[in-house]
Amino acid sequence: MPTDDTRLAAPPAESRHITSPSLKGNPDELRDLEAGLDKLQSDAVRKAGIDWSRVLLPVAALVVLVLAWQFYVSLGFKRRDLVPGPLDVLGQMGVLWGEGKIQEAVWTSLQRGVVGFLISVVVATPLGLLLAQVRPLRRAFGPLISGLQVLPSVAWVPAAIIWFGLTDGTVYFVVLMGAIPSIINGLISGVDQIPPQYRSVGTVLGANRLQMALQIILPAALPGYLGGLKQGWAFSWRSLMAAEIIAVGGSIGFGLGSLLDQGRILSDMSTVMAAILAILAVGILIELLVFAPIERRLLQRRGLLAGSTR
Amino acid sequence: MPVVLEHLGKRFGDGAPVLDDVNATIAKGEFVALLGASGCGKSTLLNILAGLEEPTSGALEVPSDGAAFMFQDSALFPWLTARANIELALQLADAAKATTRASRAARAQELLELVHLAGAGDKRPHELSGGMRQRVALARSLAQDRQLLLMDEPFAALDAITRDLLHDELERIWKETGRTIVFVTHNVREAVRLGQRVLLLSSRPGRVVAEWDVTEEHRTDAGRAGELTGTITRRLREEIRRHAN
Repeated sequence: MPTDDTRLAAPPAESRHITSPSLKGNPDELRDLEAGLDKLQSDAVRKAGIDWSRVLLPVAALVVLVLAWQFYVSLGFKRRDLVPGPLDVLGQMGVLWGEGKIQEAVWTSLQRGVVGFLISVVVATPLGLLLAQVRPLRRAFGPLISGLQVLPSVAWVPAAIIWFGLTDGTVYFVVLMGAIPSIINGLISGVDQIPPQYRSVGTVLGANRLQMALQIILPAALPGYLGGLKQGWAFSWRSLMAAEIIAVGGSIGFGLGSLLDQGRILSDMSTVMAAILAILAVGILIELLVFAPIERRLLQRRGLLAGSTR
Repeated sequence: MPVVLEHLGKRFGDGAPVLDDVNATIAKGEFVALLGASGCGKSTLLNILAGLEEPTSGALEVPSDGAAFMFQDSALFPWLTARANIELALQLADAAKATTRASRAARAQELLELVHLAGAGDKRPHELSGGMRQRVALARSLAQDRQLLLMDEPFAALDAITRDLLHDELERIWKETGRTIVFVTHNVREAVRLGQRVLLLSSRPGRVVAEWDVTEEHRTDAGRAGELTGTITRRLREEIRRHAN
Protein backbone atom coordinates (compact mmCIF):
# COMPACT_ATOMS: atom_id res chain seq x y z
CA MET A 1 0.00 0.00 0.00
CA PRO A 2 1.70 3.18 -1.19
CA THR A 3 -0.27 5.48 1.12
CA ASP A 4 0.84 3.52 4.13
CA ASP A 5 4.45 3.78 3.06
CA THR A 6 4.48 7.54 2.79
CA ARG A 7 2.94 7.85 6.20
CA LEU A 8 5.63 5.72 7.73
CA ALA A 9 8.44 7.41 5.86
CA ALA A 10 7.71 10.72 7.53
CA PRO A 11 8.79 10.33 11.15
CA PRO A 12 6.21 11.13 13.79
CA ALA A 13 6.46 14.77 14.83
CA GLU A 14 6.80 13.73 18.46
CA SER A 15 10.04 11.84 17.92
CA ARG A 16 11.54 14.73 16.03
CA HIS A 17 11.03 16.77 19.18
CA ILE A 18 12.58 14.51 21.71
CA THR A 19 15.82 13.95 19.84
CA SER A 20 16.02 17.58 18.81
CA PRO A 21 19.33 19.05 19.93
CA SER A 22 17.59 22.35 20.69
CA LEU A 23 15.86 20.63 23.58
CA LYS A 24 19.13 19.66 25.20
CA GLY A 25 19.79 23.24 26.28
CA ASN A 26 23.02 24.44 27.81
CA PRO A 27 24.60 22.69 30.79
CA ASP A 28 23.84 25.46 33.29
CA GLU A 29 20.18 25.53 32.42
CA LEU A 30 20.08 21.77 32.83
CA ARG A 31 21.72 21.95 36.24
CA ASP A 32 19.04 24.39 37.37
CA LEU A 33 16.29 22.27 35.87
CA GLU A 34 17.66 19.24 37.68
CA ALA A 35 18.04 21.08 40.98
CA GLY A 36 14.49 22.36 40.62
CA LEU A 37 13.12 18.86 40.05
CA ASP A 38 15.11 17.47 42.97
CA LYS A 39 13.68 20.14 45.30
CA LEU A 40 10.13 19.60 44.08
CA GLN A 41 10.21 15.83 44.26
CA SER A 42 12.04 14.96 47.44
CA ASP A 43 10.45 14.96 50.85
CA ALA A 44 10.84 17.91 53.15
CA VAL A 45 12.09 16.86 56.58
CA ARG A 46 9.29 16.88 59.10
CA LYS A 47 10.14 17.02 62.81
CA ALA A 48 7.43 16.12 65.26
CA GLY A 49 7.43 17.09 68.93
CA ILE A 50 6.23 14.80 71.73
CA ASP A 51 3.03 13.16 70.65
CA TRP A 52 0.90 13.36 73.79
CA SER A 53 -1.81 11.06 72.47
CA ARG A 54 0.82 8.30 72.66
CA VAL A 55 1.01 8.83 76.44
CA LEU A 56 -2.50 9.96 77.33
CA LEU A 57 -4.50 7.34 75.44
CA PRO A 58 -2.90 4.29 77.09
CA VAL A 59 -3.21 5.97 80.52
CA ALA A 60 -6.87 6.71 79.85
CA ALA A 61 -7.45 3.10 78.78
CA LEU A 62 -5.81 1.91 82.01
CA VAL A 63 -7.94 4.22 84.15
CA VAL A 64 -11.11 2.98 82.46
CA LEU A 65 -10.17 -0.65 83.13
CA VAL A 66 -9.33 -0.03 86.80
CA LEU A 67 -12.58 1.87 87.29
CA ALA A 68 -14.54 -0.99 85.72
CA TRP A 69 -12.74 -3.42 88.00
CA GLN A 70 -13.51 -1.30 91.08
CA PHE A 71 -17.15 -0.97 89.99
CA TYR A 72 -17.50 -4.75 89.61
CA VAL A 73 -15.96 -5.38 93.02
CA SER A 74 -18.15 -2.77 94.70
CA LEU A 75 -21.26 -4.56 93.38
CA GLY A 76 -20.27 -7.33 95.83
CA PHE A 77 -21.12 -10.45 93.81
CA LYS A 78 -18.11 -12.31 95.17
CA ARG A 79 -16.30 -12.50 98.48
CA ARG A 80 -13.65 -9.82 98.83
CA ASP A 81 -10.87 -12.35 99.52
CA LEU A 82 -11.68 -14.16 96.25
CA VAL A 83 -11.96 -11.05 94.11
CA PRO A 84 -9.95 -8.25 95.69
CA GLY A 85 -10.44 -4.70 94.42
CA PRO A 86 -7.76 -2.46 92.93
CA LEU A 87 -7.15 -0.81 96.30
CA ASP A 88 -6.62 -4.18 98.08
CA VAL A 89 -4.10 -5.24 95.47
CA LEU A 90 -2.37 -1.89 95.65
CA GLY A 91 -2.21 -2.25 99.44
CA GLN A 92 -0.77 -5.75 99.15
CA MET A 93 1.75 -4.44 96.61
CA GLY A 94 2.79 -1.86 99.22
CA VAL A 95 3.19 -4.54 101.87
CA LEU A 96 5.30 -6.71 99.54
CA TRP A 97 7.36 -3.63 98.62
CA GLY A 98 7.91 -2.93 102.32
CA GLU A 99 9.17 -6.47 102.81
CA GLY A 100 11.41 -6.04 99.76
CA LYS A 101 9.83 -9.15 98.26
CA ILE A 102 8.43 -7.65 95.09
CA GLN A 103 11.68 -5.89 94.23
CA GLU A 104 13.61 -9.09 94.76
CA ALA A 105 11.18 -11.09 92.64
CA VAL A 106 11.13 -8.60 89.79
CA TRP A 107 14.92 -8.26 89.85
CA THR A 108 15.56 -12.01 89.93
CA SER A 109 13.13 -12.76 87.12
CA LEU A 110 14.14 -9.84 84.95
CA GLN A 111 17.80 -10.71 85.27
CA ARG A 112 17.16 -14.31 84.29
CA GLY A 113 14.81 -13.36 81.50
CA VAL A 114 17.28 -10.89 80.00
CA VAL A 115 20.29 -13.18 80.35
CA GLY A 116 18.36 -16.14 78.92
CA PHE A 117 17.10 -13.98 76.07
CA LEU A 118 20.56 -12.66 75.23
CA ILE A 119 22.03 -16.18 75.19
CA SER A 120 19.16 -17.21 72.89
CA VAL A 121 19.92 -14.32 70.52
CA VAL A 122 23.59 -15.24 70.36
CA VAL A 123 22.78 -18.89 69.69
CA ALA A 124 19.81 -18.39 67.36
CA THR A 125 21.14 -15.67 65.04
CA PRO A 126 23.96 -17.62 63.36
CA LEU A 127 21.80 -20.75 63.31
CA GLY A 128 18.96 -18.82 61.67
CA LEU A 129 21.24 -17.27 59.04
CA LEU A 130 22.78 -20.64 58.30
CA LEU A 131 19.40 -22.33 57.96
CA ALA A 132 18.03 -19.53 55.80
CA GLN A 133 21.02 -19.56 53.46
CA VAL A 134 21.83 -23.25 53.09
CA ARG A 135 19.04 -25.14 51.38
CA PRO A 136 19.78 -28.73 52.56
CA LEU A 137 20.04 -27.57 56.18
CA ARG A 138 16.81 -25.62 55.86
CA ARG A 139 14.99 -28.61 54.36
CA ALA A 140 16.38 -30.94 57.01
CA PHE A 141 15.87 -28.88 60.15
CA GLY A 142 13.16 -26.37 59.17
CA PRO A 143 10.18 -28.56 60.17
CA LEU A 144 11.85 -29.47 63.46
CA ILE A 145 12.44 -25.82 64.33
CA SER A 146 8.85 -24.94 63.50
CA GLY A 147 7.70 -27.85 65.60
CA LEU A 148 9.83 -26.75 68.55
CA GLN A 149 8.20 -23.35 68.36
CA VAL A 150 4.76 -24.90 68.68
CA LEU A 151 5.81 -27.17 71.55
CA PRO A 152 4.99 -25.32 74.80
CA SER A 153 8.29 -24.85 76.58
CA VAL A 154 6.64 -25.82 79.89
CA ALA A 155 6.82 -29.34 78.53
CA TRP A 156 10.57 -29.17 79.07
CA VAL A 157 10.26 -28.40 82.80
CA PRO A 158 10.03 -32.01 84.03
CA ALA A 159 12.96 -33.04 81.84
CA ALA A 160 14.99 -30.06 82.96
CA ILE A 161 14.35 -30.79 86.65
CA ILE A 162 15.51 -34.38 86.15
CA TRP A 163 18.65 -33.25 84.31
CA PHE A 164 19.60 -30.12 86.21
CA GLY A 165 17.74 -30.48 89.53
CA LEU A 166 16.33 -27.41 91.24
CA THR A 167 19.02 -25.03 89.96
CA ASP A 168 19.17 -22.01 87.69
CA GLY A 169 20.22 -24.43 84.95
CA THR A 170 16.65 -25.71 84.81
CA VAL A 171 15.26 -22.21 84.43
CA TYR A 172 17.71 -21.21 81.70
CA PHE A 173 17.20 -24.46 79.81
CA VAL A 174 13.46 -23.88 79.64
CA VAL A 175 13.91 -20.24 78.63
CA LEU A 176 16.34 -21.17 75.85
CA MET A 177 14.09 -23.91 74.51
CA GLY A 178 11.30 -21.36 74.34
CA ALA A 179 13.16 -18.44 72.81
CA ILE A 180 15.66 -19.97 70.38
CA PRO A 181 13.16 -21.57 67.95
CA SER A 182 11.08 -18.43 67.66
CA ILE A 183 14.10 -16.21 67.02
CA ILE A 184 15.34 -18.65 64.36
CA ASN A 185 11.92 -18.77 62.76
CA GLY A 186 11.60 -14.97 62.80
CA LEU A 187 14.97 -14.60 61.12
CA ILE A 188 14.17 -17.25 58.50
CA SER A 189 10.85 -15.66 57.61
CA GLY A 190 12.56 -12.27 57.49
CA VAL A 191 15.10 -13.69 55.02
CA ASP A 192 12.32 -15.33 52.98
CA GLN A 193 10.66 -11.96 52.49
CA ILE A 194 13.74 -10.23 51.08
CA PRO A 195 13.12 -9.05 47.51
CA PRO A 196 15.22 -11.39 45.30
CA GLN A 197 16.70 -8.35 43.62
CA TYR A 198 18.77 -7.50 46.72
CA ARG A 199 20.67 -10.76 46.25
CA SER A 200 21.22 -9.99 42.56
CA VAL A 201 22.55 -6.57 43.52
CA GLY A 202 24.83 -8.20 46.07
CA THR A 203 26.14 -10.66 43.48
CA VAL A 204 26.69 -7.91 40.90
CA LEU A 205 28.48 -5.78 43.49
CA GLY A 206 30.81 -8.70 44.14
CA ALA A 207 29.81 -9.75 47.66
CA ASN A 208 31.21 -13.07 48.88
CA ARG A 209 29.06 -15.45 50.95
CA LEU A 210 29.93 -13.92 54.31
CA GLN A 211 29.51 -10.35 53.09
CA MET A 212 26.22 -11.34 51.49
CA ALA A 213 24.97 -12.80 54.78
CA LEU A 214 26.15 -10.03 57.09
CA GLN A 215 25.92 -6.90 54.96
CA ILE A 216 22.94 -7.63 52.75
CA ILE A 217 20.80 -10.52 53.99
CA LEU A 218 20.85 -9.68 57.70
CA PRO A 219 20.06 -5.95 57.37
CA ALA A 220 17.45 -6.67 54.69
CA ALA A 221 15.80 -9.21 56.99
CA LEU A 222 15.95 -6.92 60.02
CA PRO A 223 12.20 -6.15 60.24
CA GLY A 224 11.37 -9.87 60.29
CA TYR A 225 14.30 -10.58 62.59
CA LEU A 226 13.09 -7.92 65.02
CA GLY A 227 9.65 -9.54 64.95
CA GLY A 228 11.36 -12.81 65.84
CA LEU A 229 13.28 -11.12 68.66
CA LYS A 230 10.07 -9.69 70.10
CA GLN A 231 8.44 -13.07 69.99
CA GLY A 232 11.61 -14.63 71.36
CA TRP A 233 11.48 -12.28 74.33
CA ALA A 234 7.80 -13.06 74.89
CA PHE A 235 8.61 -16.77 74.84
CA SER A 236 11.55 -16.25 77.21
CA TRP A 237 9.40 -14.39 79.68
CA ARG A 238 6.51 -16.84 79.54
CA SER A 239 8.76 -19.89 79.80
CA LEU A 240 10.54 -18.28 82.71
CA MET A 241 7.29 -17.74 84.60
CA ALA A 242 6.19 -21.31 83.91
CA ALA A 243 9.53 -22.66 85.10
CA GLU A 244 9.49 -20.53 88.25
CA ILE A 245 5.96 -21.59 89.16
CA ILE A 246 6.71 -25.29 88.77
CA ALA A 247 10.30 -25.47 90.00
CA VAL A 248 10.42 -23.94 93.45
CA GLY A 249 13.10 -24.42 96.08
CA GLY A 250 16.63 -25.76 95.80
CA SER A 251 19.12 -23.15 94.68
CA ILE A 252 16.49 -21.48 92.48
CA GLY A 253 16.13 -17.88 93.60
CA PHE A 254 12.86 -16.12 94.39
CA GLY A 255 11.29 -14.82 91.18
CA LEU A 256 7.89 -13.49 90.18
CA GLY A 257 6.69 -17.00 89.37
CA SER A 258 7.74 -18.10 92.85
CA LEU A 259 5.82 -15.16 94.32
CA LEU A 260 2.78 -16.21 92.34
CA ASP A 261 3.05 -19.77 93.59
CA GLN A 262 3.52 -18.58 97.16
CA GLY A 263 0.29 -16.55 96.85
CA ARG A 264 -1.53 -19.66 95.64
CA ILE A 265 -0.23 -21.79 98.54
CA LEU A 266 -1.31 -19.16 101.05
CA SER A 267 -4.64 -18.64 99.23
CA ASP A 268 -3.73 -14.97 99.22
CA MET A 269 -5.56 -13.61 96.18
CA SER A 270 -4.14 -10.09 96.60
CA THR A 271 -0.58 -11.43 96.34
CA VAL A 272 -1.53 -13.50 93.30
CA MET A 273 -3.05 -10.45 91.62
CA ALA A 274 -0.08 -8.28 92.59
CA ALA A 275 2.31 -10.83 91.06
CA ILE A 276 0.26 -11.10 87.86
CA LEU A 277 0.21 -7.32 87.52
CA ALA A 278 3.97 -7.16 88.10
CA ILE A 279 4.57 -9.80 85.38
CA LEU A 280 2.32 -7.85 83.02
CA ALA A 281 4.01 -4.56 83.88
CA VAL A 282 7.47 -5.92 83.10
CA GLY A 283 6.20 -7.17 79.74
CA ILE A 284 4.66 -3.81 78.86
CA LEU A 285 7.70 -1.82 79.99
CA ILE A 286 10.13 -3.94 77.96
CA GLU A 287 7.93 -3.50 74.90
CA LEU A 288 7.56 0.26 75.41
CA LEU A 289 11.13 1.04 76.42
CA VAL A 290 13.11 -1.43 74.32
CA PHE A 291 11.32 -2.88 71.32
CA ALA A 292 8.92 -0.09 70.34
CA PRO A 293 11.62 2.60 69.91
CA ILE A 294 13.89 0.23 67.96
CA GLU A 295 11.03 -0.84 65.73
CA ARG A 296 9.82 2.71 65.11
CA ARG A 297 13.30 3.82 64.19
CA LEU A 298 13.85 0.85 61.91
CA LEU A 299 10.60 1.33 60.03
CA GLN A 300 10.99 5.08 59.85
CA ARG A 301 14.45 4.88 58.32
CA ARG A 302 13.17 2.58 55.61
CA GLY A 303 10.15 4.75 54.93
CA LEU A 304 7.72 2.06 56.09
CA LEU A 305 5.97 4.06 58.81
CA ALA A 306 3.80 6.33 56.66
CA GLY A 307 0.12 5.51 57.13
CA SER A 308 0.68 3.03 59.95
CA THR A 309 -1.25 3.45 63.19
CA ARG A 310 1.80 2.97 65.38
CA MET B 1 38.63 -5.61 25.84
CA PRO B 2 35.54 -6.08 23.70
CA VAL B 3 32.41 -8.02 24.52
CA VAL B 4 31.80 -10.87 22.11
CA LEU B 5 28.69 -13.04 21.89
CA GLU B 6 28.85 -16.08 19.63
CA HIS B 7 25.83 -18.27 18.89
CA LEU B 8 24.60 -17.57 22.39
CA GLY B 9 21.47 -19.46 23.42
CA LYS B 10 19.39 -19.69 26.58
CA ARG B 11 16.37 -21.75 27.51
CA PHE B 12 14.77 -22.25 30.88
CA GLY B 13 14.13 -25.92 31.57
CA ASP B 14 12.40 -27.65 28.66
CA GLY B 15 10.64 -24.50 27.42
CA ALA B 16 11.12 -22.77 24.10
CA PRO B 17 14.46 -20.97 23.82
CA VAL B 18 14.45 -17.41 25.11
CA LEU B 19 17.63 -16.53 23.25
CA ASP B 20 18.82 -18.35 20.18
CA ASP B 21 22.02 -17.83 18.20
CA VAL B 22 22.72 -14.31 19.41
CA ASN B 23 25.82 -12.83 17.75
CA ALA B 24 27.25 -9.44 18.57
CA THR B 25 30.54 -7.69 19.14
CA ILE B 26 30.75 -4.58 21.26
CA ALA B 27 33.94 -2.55 21.13
CA LYS B 28 35.60 -1.02 24.17
CA GLY B 29 34.16 2.37 25.02
CA GLU B 30 31.17 1.84 22.77
CA PHE B 31 27.60 2.79 23.75
CA VAL B 32 25.23 0.15 22.42
CA ALA B 33 21.47 0.30 22.74
CA LEU B 34 19.82 -3.11 22.83
CA LEU B 35 16.29 -2.68 21.59
CA GLY B 36 13.41 -5.10 21.65
CA ALA B 37 9.75 -5.54 22.52
CA SER B 38 8.86 -6.46 26.06
CA GLY B 39 9.48 -10.11 26.75
CA CYS B 40 12.07 -10.65 24.03
CA GLY B 41 14.82 -11.75 26.38
CA LYS B 42 16.69 -8.44 26.61
CA SER B 43 16.96 -8.67 30.36
CA THR B 44 17.98 -12.33 30.17
CA LEU B 45 20.77 -11.40 27.78
CA LEU B 46 21.90 -8.66 30.13
CA ASN B 47 21.80 -11.05 33.10
CA ILE B 48 24.00 -13.46 31.15
CA LEU B 49 26.46 -10.67 30.40
CA ALA B 50 26.47 -9.79 34.10
CA GLY B 51 27.11 -13.38 35.11
CA LEU B 52 23.79 -13.64 36.98
CA GLU B 53 22.66 -16.41 34.63
CA GLU B 54 24.49 -19.00 32.57
CA PRO B 55 23.91 -19.39 28.84
CA THR B 56 22.78 -22.85 27.74
CA SER B 57 24.77 -22.77 24.51
CA GLY B 58 27.28 -20.69 22.63
CA ALA B 59 30.29 -18.73 23.74
CA LEU B 60 30.61 -15.48 25.60
CA GLU B 61 33.57 -13.21 26.06
CA VAL B 62 33.32 -10.50 28.71
CA PRO B 63 35.94 -8.57 30.68
CA SER B 64 37.33 -10.81 33.39
CA ASP B 65 36.56 -8.34 36.18
CA GLY B 66 32.86 -8.64 35.41
CA ALA B 67 30.39 -5.89 34.79
CA ALA B 68 28.65 -3.13 36.67
CA PHE B 69 24.88 -3.36 36.54
CA MET B 70 22.10 -0.83 36.83
CA PHE B 71 18.59 -2.16 37.38
CA GLN B 72 15.24 -0.90 36.19
CA ASP B 73 14.20 0.21 39.64
CA SER B 74 17.08 1.70 41.53
CA ALA B 75 17.48 -1.39 43.78
CA LEU B 76 19.16 0.74 46.42
CA PHE B 77 19.28 -0.80 49.87
CA PRO B 78 16.59 1.00 51.90
CA TRP B 79 18.45 0.66 55.20
CA LEU B 80 21.42 2.67 53.94
CA THR B 81 21.73 6.33 53.04
CA ALA B 82 22.58 7.28 49.46
CA ARG B 83 26.19 7.74 50.47
CA ALA B 84 26.36 4.44 52.37
CA ASN B 85 24.89 2.61 49.37
CA ILE B 86 27.77 3.88 47.26
CA GLU B 87 30.31 3.17 49.97
CA LEU B 88 29.06 -0.41 50.27
CA ALA B 89 29.60 -0.89 46.53
CA LEU B 90 33.11 0.51 46.88
CA GLN B 91 33.82 -1.81 49.80
CA LEU B 92 32.44 -4.94 48.11
CA ALA B 93 34.31 -4.17 44.89
CA ASP B 94 37.50 -3.98 46.90
CA ALA B 95 38.08 -7.66 47.58
CA ALA B 96 41.77 -7.11 48.36
CA LYS B 97 40.91 -4.59 51.10
CA ALA B 98 43.26 -2.06 49.53
CA THR B 99 41.19 1.02 50.37
CA THR B 100 40.56 2.72 53.68
CA ARG B 101 37.21 3.88 54.98
CA ALA B 102 38.25 7.50 54.52
CA SER B 103 39.31 7.01 50.91
CA ARG B 104 36.03 5.28 50.18
CA ALA B 105 34.09 8.16 51.75
CA ALA B 106 35.99 10.63 49.59
CA ARG B 107 35.36 8.55 46.47
CA ALA B 108 31.63 8.28 47.32
CA GLN B 109 31.44 12.06 47.61
CA GLU B 110 33.11 12.43 44.20
CA LEU B 111 30.60 10.06 42.66
CA LEU B 112 27.70 11.93 44.27
CA GLU B 113 29.06 15.12 42.78
CA LEU B 114 29.36 13.43 39.41
CA VAL B 115 25.61 12.75 39.41
CA HIS B 116 24.87 16.22 40.88
CA LEU B 117 23.69 14.90 44.22
CA ALA B 118 26.43 16.19 46.48
CA GLY B 119 23.87 17.57 48.95
CA ALA B 120 21.66 14.50 49.16
CA GLY B 121 24.20 11.95 50.38
CA ASP B 122 22.66 11.58 53.82
CA LYS B 123 19.14 10.97 52.59
CA ARG B 124 17.65 7.53 52.53
CA PRO B 125 16.26 6.10 49.30
CA HIS B 126 12.63 6.64 50.30
CA GLU B 127 13.33 10.35 50.80
CA LEU B 128 14.54 10.74 47.23
CA SER B 129 12.53 11.09 44.02
CA GLY B 130 12.63 8.37 41.38
CA GLY B 131 15.07 10.34 39.25
CA MET B 132 17.37 11.01 42.19
CA ARG B 133 17.30 7.33 43.16
CA GLN B 134 18.32 6.35 39.63
CA ARG B 135 21.19 8.82 39.77
CA VAL B 136 22.36 7.31 43.06
CA ALA B 137 22.06 3.88 41.43
CA LEU B 138 24.14 5.17 38.51
CA ALA B 139 26.76 6.48 40.93
CA ARG B 140 26.74 3.10 42.68
CA SER B 141 27.28 1.23 39.43
CA LEU B 142 30.14 3.60 38.59
CA ALA B 143 31.58 2.91 42.03
CA GLN B 144 32.24 -0.64 40.89
CA ASP B 145 34.82 0.78 38.52
CA ARG B 146 34.32 -1.83 35.82
CA GLN B 147 34.90 -1.09 32.17
CA LEU B 148 31.56 -2.64 31.19
CA LEU B 149 28.34 -1.04 32.41
CA LEU B 150 25.08 -2.88 31.81
CA MET B 151 21.83 -0.95 32.12
CA ASP B 152 18.44 -2.65 32.18
CA GLU B 153 15.80 -0.08 31.20
CA PRO B 154 17.02 2.20 33.96
CA PHE B 155 14.85 5.18 33.02
CA ALA B 156 11.66 3.34 32.05
CA ALA B 157 9.71 4.33 35.15
CA LEU B 158 10.61 8.02 35.11
CA ASP B 159 8.61 11.00 33.87
CA ALA B 160 9.55 12.51 30.51
CA ILE B 161 11.38 15.60 31.81
CA THR B 162 13.46 13.62 34.27
CA ARG B 163 14.24 11.04 31.60
CA ASP B 164 15.49 13.69 29.16
CA LEU B 165 17.69 15.08 31.91
CA LEU B 166 19.12 11.71 32.75
CA HIS B 167 19.83 11.01 29.09
CA ASP B 168 21.99 14.12 29.00
CA GLU B 169 23.58 13.18 32.27
CA LEU B 170 24.34 9.63 31.17
CA GLU B 171 25.83 10.88 27.91
CA ARG B 172 28.04 13.31 29.82
CA ILE B 173 29.19 10.62 32.26
CA TRP B 174 29.83 8.14 29.44
CA LYS B 175 32.05 10.71 27.72
CA GLU B 176 33.84 11.52 30.98
CA THR B 177 34.46 7.94 32.06
CA GLY B 178 34.87 6.14 28.73
CA ARG B 179 32.86 3.11 29.82
CA THR B 180 31.50 0.46 27.51
CA ILE B 181 27.75 0.67 27.96
CA VAL B 182 25.08 -1.83 26.97
CA PHE B 183 21.76 -0.10 27.43
CA VAL B 184 18.61 -2.21 27.22
CA THR B 185 15.39 -0.43 26.31
CA HIS B 186 12.09 -0.90 24.51
CA ASN B 187 11.92 2.79 23.67
CA VAL B 188 13.15 3.52 20.14
CA ARG B 189 13.70 7.24 20.73
CA GLU B 190 15.75 6.49 23.81
CA ALA B 191 17.86 4.00 21.86
CA VAL B 192 18.54 6.53 19.09
CA ARG B 193 19.13 9.31 21.58
CA LEU B 194 21.78 7.40 23.52
CA GLY B 195 23.35 4.64 21.45
CA GLN B 196 26.14 4.85 18.93
CA ARG B 197 24.70 1.64 17.62
CA VAL B 198 21.23 0.18 17.99
CA LEU B 199 20.78 -3.59 18.00
CA LEU B 200 17.29 -4.92 17.45
CA LEU B 201 16.47 -8.16 19.24
CA SER B 202 13.62 -10.26 17.85
CA SER B 203 11.14 -11.96 20.16
CA ARG B 204 10.77 -15.67 20.89
CA PRO B 205 13.47 -16.60 20.30
CA GLY B 206 15.57 -13.53 20.90
CA ARG B 207 18.12 -12.96 18.18
CA VAL B 208 19.88 -9.89 16.82
CA VAL B 209 17.95 -9.29 13.59
CA ALA B 210 19.01 -5.79 12.60
CA GLU B 211 21.39 -3.05 13.62
CA TRP B 212 21.81 0.63 12.83
CA ASP B 213 24.66 3.04 13.36
CA VAL B 214 23.73 6.34 14.93
CA THR B 215 26.13 8.87 13.47
CA GLU B 216 27.08 12.33 14.61
CA GLU B 217 24.75 13.63 11.90
CA HIS B 218 21.79 12.00 13.62
CA ARG B 219 22.73 13.73 16.83
CA THR B 220 22.85 17.20 15.39
CA ASP B 221 20.11 16.98 12.78
CA ALA B 222 16.69 16.37 14.33
CA GLY B 223 15.20 15.48 10.95
CA ARG B 224 17.72 12.70 10.34
CA ALA B 225 17.27 11.41 13.88
CA GLY B 226 13.51 11.34 13.40
CA GLU B 227 13.92 9.46 10.13
CA LEU B 228 16.08 6.83 11.78
CA THR B 229 13.62 6.54 14.66
CA GLY B 230 10.86 5.98 12.12
CA THR B 231 12.81 3.29 10.31
CA ILE B 232 13.65 1.44 13.49
CA THR B 233 10.12 1.74 14.82
CA ARG B 234 8.77 0.24 11.61
CA ARG B 235 11.17 -2.67 11.82
CA LEU B 236 10.33 -3.24 15.48
CA ARG B 237 6.59 -3.25 14.75
CA GLU B 238 7.12 -5.69 11.91
CA GLU B 239 8.96 -7.93 14.35
CA ILE B 240 6.12 -7.76 16.85
CA ARG B 241 3.41 -8.28 14.22
CA ARG B 242 5.02 -11.58 13.23
CA HIS B 243 3.63 -12.94 16.48
CA ALA B 244 0.04 -11.85 15.80
CA ASN B 245 -0.88 -15.12 14.13
